[in-house]
Parts: sequence; structure tokens; C-alpha cells
Amino acid sequence: MKKFIANQEIEVNDEGYLTDFSQWCKEVGKTLAEEHGIDMTDRHWEVIEYLQEKHKNEEALSIRGIKKSGVINVKDFYSLFPGGPLKKSTLIAGIPKPKSCI
Amino acid sequence: MKNLVILGAGTSGTMMANHLEHKLSNKEWKITIVDQTKTHYYQPGFLFLPFDIYTTKQVKKKSKKFIPKSVDYIQERIELIKPEENKIELESGTSLNYDILIVATGTDIAPDEVEGMDGPMWYKNIFDFYTYEGAKALRNKLREWEGGKLVVHITEMPIKCPVAPLEFAFLADSYFKNKGMRDQVDITYVTPLGGAFTKPKATEALHHLLEEKNITEVTDFNIERVDYENNKIIDYAETEVEYDLLVTVPTNLGDALMERSGLGDDMNFVPTNKATLQTLAHENVFAIGDATNLPASKAGSVAHFEAEILTENILRYIDGQPLKAEYDGHANCFIETGNGKALLIDFNYSQEPVTGTFPLPGVGPLSLLKESRTNHMGKMAFRWVYWNMLLKGRHIPFVSTNMSEKGKELETV
Repeated sequence: MKKFIANQEIEVNDEGYLTDFSQWCKEVGKTLAEEHGIDMTDRHWEVIEYLQEKHKNEEALSIRGIKKSGVINVKDFYSLFPGGPLKKSTLIAGIPKPKSCI
Repeated sequence: MKNLVILGAGTSGTMMANHLEHKLSNKEWKITIVDQTKTHYYQPGFLFLPFDIYTTKQVKKKSKKFIPKSVDYIQERIELIKPEENKIELESGTSLNYDILIVATGTDIAPDEVEGMDGPMWYKNIFDFYTYEGAKALRNKLREWEGGKLVVHITEMPIKCPVAPLEFAFLADSYFKNKGMRDQVDITYVTPLGGAFTKPKATEALHHLLEEKNITEVTDFNIERVDYENNKIIDYAETEVEYDLLVTVPTNLGDALMERSGLGDDMNFVPTNKATLQTLAHENVFAIGDATNLPASKAGSVAHFEAEILTENILRYIDGQPLKAEYDGHANCFIETGNGKALLIDFNYSQEPVTGTFPLPGVGPLSLLKESRTNHMGKMAFRWVYWNMLLKGRHIPFVSTNMSEKGKELETV
């Protein structure tokens, strides 16, 4: 599925997650965040960078991982990305929805 | 004489001892198995014990009984694995040398990972059913419980047998119906996942069953703490769920031995090649079953299929050949749905559970992803299969090691 975000045509899946990370840029992230009612701050971007780094290293993302990340505690993670913080933050980061579920 | 050492005499370890005893020459290889617990539990039975469907006697036997006589059986706690020296240290101070090591130490619950869970109310109105002690204590509680809010809860993934908490909720529904007190019990199913199960197709089917049985679902719930004074669980988003009786699946961790030996990930599971079952860190160390970090279900069927693959790969490793046998993530699970019925799901790393017939295409007799009495009889018969065939490493007729796509209604992409 194609979607027009921040003046670019982006490839997304039916849940709205980017399917090609190379199409991601900060503008895209910002627009996706706005769609979910999130106004990005430096703190938000710090978390996004952490998630992208983990994804690059093929490390699985989980709430436990966030707890141990040293980047942010879980409470703050929830307040930055209210609702489903992992689902929303990964969507904004342009990486797949975590399947911390086996 | 060379040494092959198996750590753990649970489902995986016992199967490996039986497989390898047949395959390795006893003139060249000495096989040793270290059992840390003494008792072998039929773990699927822990689901039935709380509801008085199984007795305590039906779910436990002496581990040693299932280990071949020619295999050295040691019952002791393991202190340390020293992979650089190919050596195991036992609690008593004795050490074992190995040429090949198989790690099969499984997973255990860690209720102390969540604040308030194993506090003063543990086994009073907060229970697990993943241990013999927990399942038995819960049975005694249910026998006298007068009703109220029953909350069935999963702390975090991955857990052993991800369908077990759902089965528990379904069986609770029929248990209270049979006792004539279902109207006095509210059942709520609380999960950190976005739905009832980890795979989309099965989640849909299971969601309908939960609705049908009047079980409320709370999804995306990541528990922060148990407020045992006010009987509620609270998640990071500050959502609260009240309970009178909390049946939780605590965090599942691998053996702390992995942490001590520097062999585990942050949940003490051993990083393992998901196809060959060789550990990523050491080529003469293999891992199987719940102890690995494989993205497959932690389930007996998985251990069974893995054991067949691992046996082949160990023989290849001994012969200096490439490890060709590849595990595809095949899992096969019965899901008890209450009232004498069950579902069956069959899936692997890439293929999610779908509808169809099993194991014979078009014939069955078991039906996939649909409730039936035959499936339930299959699950009940499995206890006999487990003690008499599975542990002994015998091949289960008609069931292939790698998942078969025959008889399944697969979606064309």
C-alpha cells in the first residue's frame, strides 16, 4: 500500500508501518507522530534513535528491553507515547511492529 | 572414550538421552545426564490439576525411570558451565568434562520480577499454575472458593506454552458451570499482547470463543505491579484490573546457571541457531527446548521435533560434516476449550495456524483450528503418549518433524 507522507510517496503495510526503512526520514516520522496526536520533542527523538539502533542490530524490542535500556524508564515511555508505546514508537521510527510474542 | 553431557532431565534432556543412546557407540561415547530436580512432571497436566481433572499422581514420576540404563544419571544442582575449558562444575564440587554439551535446562517462573506478586498473598489469592506447587495450591483454593472476580493474567512474553492461560480461562468457565456457580464468577483474561494469541488467524478464532464463554479480554496490559493490599493489578499506563483471585503466569526465565556462566541473554535464554540448534557462542555446545532463545513456542511438541533434528546434527557434528538438518519452528498444540472439546493448531516459523485436517490430509481425524470432541480425546490420550512414547524418543506415527502443508487451507498470497 502506498501513502503520501511529508511530500513523499511511502510504502506502508495495512497497519500503517513502513515496509522499507530507507524511505524514512525525520519529516516522515514527525508527520506519522502528528497523525497519532504526538508532538515530537528531543526526548521523543532520543527514544526513536534508540529503537532504530536496536532494529539495525536485529535485537528484539520489548518493554523489558526498554526497562534495561538506560535511555528511558517505562513510565516516561508511556507518557511520551500514550496508549501502546511500543506500537506507536516503532511506527514513528519506521521499523516493523515488534512481535514480542511467540 | 569421549563424553557427551546433557544438562537437564526434563522433556528435552530425557528425549535426547534416549535418542543418543541408540545412535552413539557405547565403546566410543559415554553419555551423562545431570538432573537438577529428581521428579519428572507431566507439565501439560498442570493445566488440569487445579480443576481436579488430573490427580497429583498422574502428573509426576521419578526422572530416573525414563533414562536408559547405559546413561550415567547424576542428580545434583549444576554450579557452572565453563565452555572455554569444556567443563561443568556441580554443586558438590565435582566436575565433568565434555566433548559435546547439550543444554536442556528449561525455563522457570520468576514471580519476584514483578513488585507485589510473590509477597504475602502469594498462594493465598495469587497463584501460578506453571509449577506443581502452584497448580496444587490453586486446586485446593478452587475447591473452596465461593466466587468473585477471577483474573487470568500473563506477565510478559515469551512464556512456556502460550496457549495455556487461555485454556485455563476456558476450563474455568466450564468448571464453574459444572459447579453451578458460573453466575457468581467474573472471568477476565489480561494479556500484554494485542489480542488473545500471538498469531492472527488463531487470535480471531480464540477471540470468538472468549466472547462466547463470556470472558472479558483486557489486551496490551503491561503489568507494573500487584497491589496485593487492594487486590488489583496495575500496568504502566495506570490501567487497573481488580481481582478476588489472581491466576498469573509470571515472567519466564531460563536457568540462572546461564547468567552465572555467561551463556544467556537478558532473560537467561541461550542464543541458539534457530535451524541447527547449535549455540551461537560455542560450536560443541547445543541447546534444545525451553532453554533456547528460538522464536518458536516453548512447548513439548517443539522439544520433540527439535530432538529429532538435534540428534541428526550431533551425529553430523561428530562426523565432521556440516549441520544440515534444519528445524523449521514446527509446533503442534491442543487447546482445551472446555466442556470436553479442544482445538488443534499446527504451525511453524513462517506459517501461522490455519484450518484443515490433521495428521492425514482430508481425513483427520483431528481438525485444525476448530473445536471438536476428537481433539479433546487426542489431548487426553497424549498423557499416555508422553510417558510411553515421546520421552523414549519414539517417532509419533503420521506426524512429520517438519511441518506439512497438506490438508491445510492455506491462503494464497
